[in-house]
Amino acid sequence: MVRNSSLPITIRQVTKSYGKNYALDHVDLDIRSGEFLTLLGPSGSGKTTLLTVMAGFTRPDGGSLKFGDTEMVCVPPHKREVGMVFQNYALFPHMTVAANVGFPLKLRGVSSSDIAQRVEAALETVRLGGYGARGVEQLSGGQRQRVALARAIVFEPRIMLMDEPLSALDKQLREHMQIELRQLHDKLGMTTVYVTHDQREALTMSDRIAVINAGRIMQLDVPRTIYEKPSNRFVAEFIGESTFLPVVALQGRVTLGGRALMTAKPTPADGKHLLMLRPERLRILGSTETDVEAVNILEATLLTVVYQGDSSLIQVELPGAGVISVRSQSNALSNHGLTTPGSTVRLGLNVQDTVLLDVQ
Amino acid sequence: MKWLAQTVTDTQVTRGARLWLYVLAVIVMIFLVVPTLLVIPMSFSGAQYLEFPPRQWSLRWYLSFFNSPSWMQATATSLKAALMTSLVATPFATMAAYGLHVSRVRYVNLMTMLLLTPMVIPVILIGIGVFYAYVKLALVNTMLGLVLAHSMLAIPVVMMVVGSALKTFDMDQELVARSLGASRLKAFLMVTLPQIRFSVVSGAVLAFLTSFDEIIVSLFVSGGDNSTLTRNMFNALRDQVDPTIAAISTMIIGVTTLLLVFTQFVGQKKTVDSVEVAN
Amino acid sequence: MGLVAPAFLLIFVTMLLPVGWLFYLSILSDTGAYSLEHYQRMWEQPSYGRTFLATFQVSALTTAICILLGYPLAYFLSELPKRAANLCMIAVLLPLWTSLLVRTYAWLVLLQRRGLINGWGIELGLWDEPLALVHNMTGTLIGTVHVMLPFLVLPLYSAMRAIDRSYLRAAANLGASPLRSFWLVFFPLAMPGLASGALIVFVLCLGFYVTPAVLGGGKVTMVSSRIANDIEIFFNWGAASALGVVLLVLTVVLILGATRMIQMNGVLGRQGKP
Repeated sequence: MVRNSSLPITIRQVTKSYGKNYALDHVDLDIRSGEFLTLLGPSGSGKTTLLTVMAGFTRPDGGSLKFGDTEMVCVPPHKREVGMVFQNYALFPHMTVAANVGFPLKLRGVSSSDIAQRVEAALETVRLGGYGARGVEQLSGGQRQRVALARAIVFEPRIMLMDEPLSALDKQLREHMQIELRQLHDKLGMTTVYVTHDQREALTMSDRIAVINAGRIMQLDVPRTIYEKPSNRFVAEFIGESTFLPVVALQGRVTLGGRALMTAKPTPADGKHLLMLRPERLRILGSTETDVEAVNILEATLLTVVYQGDSSLIQVELPGAGVISVRSQSNALSNHGLTTPGSTVRLGLNVQDTVLLDVQ
Repeated sequence: MKWLAQTVTDTQVTRGARLWLYVLAVIVMIFLVVPTLLVIPMSFSGAQYLEFPPRQWSLRWYLSFFNSPSWMQATATSLKAALMTSLVATPFATMAAYGLHVSRVRYVNLMTMLLLTPMVIPVILIGIGVFYAYVKLALVNTMLGLVLAHSMLAIPVVMMVVGSALKTFDMDQELVARSLGASRLKAFLMVTLPQIRFSVVSGAVLAFLTSFDEIIVSLFVSGGDNSTLTRNMFNALRDQVDPTIAAISTMIIGVTTLLLVFTQFVGQKKTVDSVEVAN
Repeated sequence: MGLVAPAFLLIFVTMLLPVGWLFYLSILSDTGAYSLEHYQRMWEQPSYGRTFLATFQVSALTTAICILLGYPLAYFLSELPKRAANLCMIAVLLPLWTSLLVRTYAWLVLLQRRGLINGWGIELGLWDEPLALVHNMTGTLIGTVHVMLPFLVLPLYSAMRAIDRSYLRAAANLGASPLRSFWLVFFPLAMPGLASGALIVFVLCLGFYVTPAVLGGGKVTMVSSRIANDIEIFFNWGAASALGVVLLVLTVVLILGATRMIQMNGVLGRQGKP
């Protein structure tokens, strides 16, 4: 990876409001040179607004935006030298594929022969070599996506912005393209900011994820931390499945429905907290496994089992706490001879997975 | 000026840089609207000829219009013809638009084009053609002949309005009604028509205006007792600038504006309603 | 399809038949025998050539001026938010549906020697003698442009509104300045609308009667005036029909040819090389 093929992005106190609503609320964000950062959030969270601020289509009400050392807030979009892939690709319908991809080069005064060469190279990079003469309407969705990509990389930008580029593709193609996009990023090395509402996509592709809601960044971390140690309820709910149960902490001791729980360091403050339970982190224990090290054991009553192919979703009731879901391999229950509703199920929860969140 | 410095487009173009566009657009809009409107105050001129602004305000030209039997007769003719045209053209054209919309026959496009030809063929040609035919059929200077000719001209207009309403209408609703037991006619009357009624009303208004404002065919085909207002006005225009025409024009402007505002307003309401429903 | 019958019957009887009859009349000589003398006369007599030239002149100039005035207006309207645009659209629709006679009359009053414009011009000291603004080509053009402008603006506006703004964003992001993104992306995409509007205006001008007859004052003879005169003054049905047939054929050929070109442009005439 060549060092000067990318730029860091520094965002300080960027604010944008429409009437009384804050689309962006004093956002601070440092994006490292060459990293693949995803802005993840529900619709209306401000993630696309942040992207358009970076692209120059939205001028923020306040704050600073720097690419490297250059302040960019007042720079018009056509002078920003960022590559961008739009959600609907925005391929010019009145131009061929080659004309589309060559467009940015033509604007920059590159000679015709060089344009032809670089266009073909870009098309090859996205595995559409030789497609130059085709019209845009002759292409499938996936092909158009790749042409949009080729057009965005052909002028070698040091920053790439992507606005939900895969949302219009079907599942299989999308998952395939996620890998391809990531590989392209690794190969070319530019700083990439990727917007999506699909948490799985974010987890798959990113170096770091910034979870956004209501114009604010809720957590900025690597995927694993976001998933396993969400810092607040919103992030915990947005990523993966989870149930929340109230627990009480008193002088370092945590109780759930009267039973004691072991938690990971640091010790929670006194008062009420929420225990985040991810269904796949609860293990079904056999009747012989007692006092396993660093595992919280919970006893619950079996309610229902839903077979879902690669796994089963099991509903159990924890006395004094409520109904929770457990996800396990389909024969886990039958292996332990527990099939009738009403029977007692013993669940194991590793201490590292015992995550407490503040009540908001 | 802060307003000028604000950026207006996605590409961060300021209002200031675009000022020339705003000025030009406003000038063109003024050019479009004002000349016609200037007739209105001039019609109240008390002098022998038109002036702006009138030094004396008077209703003399309006009185001259209302007191003149020939103008009154012509107005009555035009109103009658326009009303009847609307009554004939609207159902004919609505039926035709509906028929073409649901028909699966191969020559639908051809038929549509044929029915729209009165709009394409130069009116002067239609005028002399109809005149010639009417001479043979003794329909010249008759109300019947006039209404037939005007309806022919109005049908394409109504067809376009109703046709585009039908295009955006979900025809499945009719199918549902029929599956629930309604005949084709009932389904149309009870389900489709109520929902496209604003377009049908607009079409009827446009048919009325098309007939009322029609000049060329009326020039050839109406005459004597059945001379239309437009025919009389046109002949008066060629002879001298009779200020009575200013008064007539003002009244026509008033009626047309009212009718148009009515249809725009009613049409807007419909789109607002359907947008709200869609949301 | 039976529903279409009444309308079709009416149009057939009142228009298609009579116009067909005219075609027939055009090939009858004054004595009733079949002859092409009316067409021959058109070819031979120079006055017909002048008439056609005048007609084309008016049509071409009107179309050109309408484009110059109408393109900026349509562009301005297409950038406004929907509600403001609908409001301003009244400025375009109102003249369209105001009686043609009223509009023509208004210009007559404004442009005549003792009219408003001359009155103001002299009062403000802009010129000394009243300008001849009417009963000539100038007056005719002003009037026809005023009448035709909405016909250009409406389809053009509609085409411009339909252009997805993300194309312009993409162009800007790729490095196009506002001027270049307009010229390289917006203008080509709006072209079909412009072509339709220009075609409509041109074709309508060819057959235009009322406004040129009144504002031209007999000095600007268009084909339509000639046809009317042939009937009203000379009772020469043969000549009038022949002229009418030529006008119709020209109209149809233009419409078909231009529509073809517009369609082909969309499919084949794309910009291949960057």
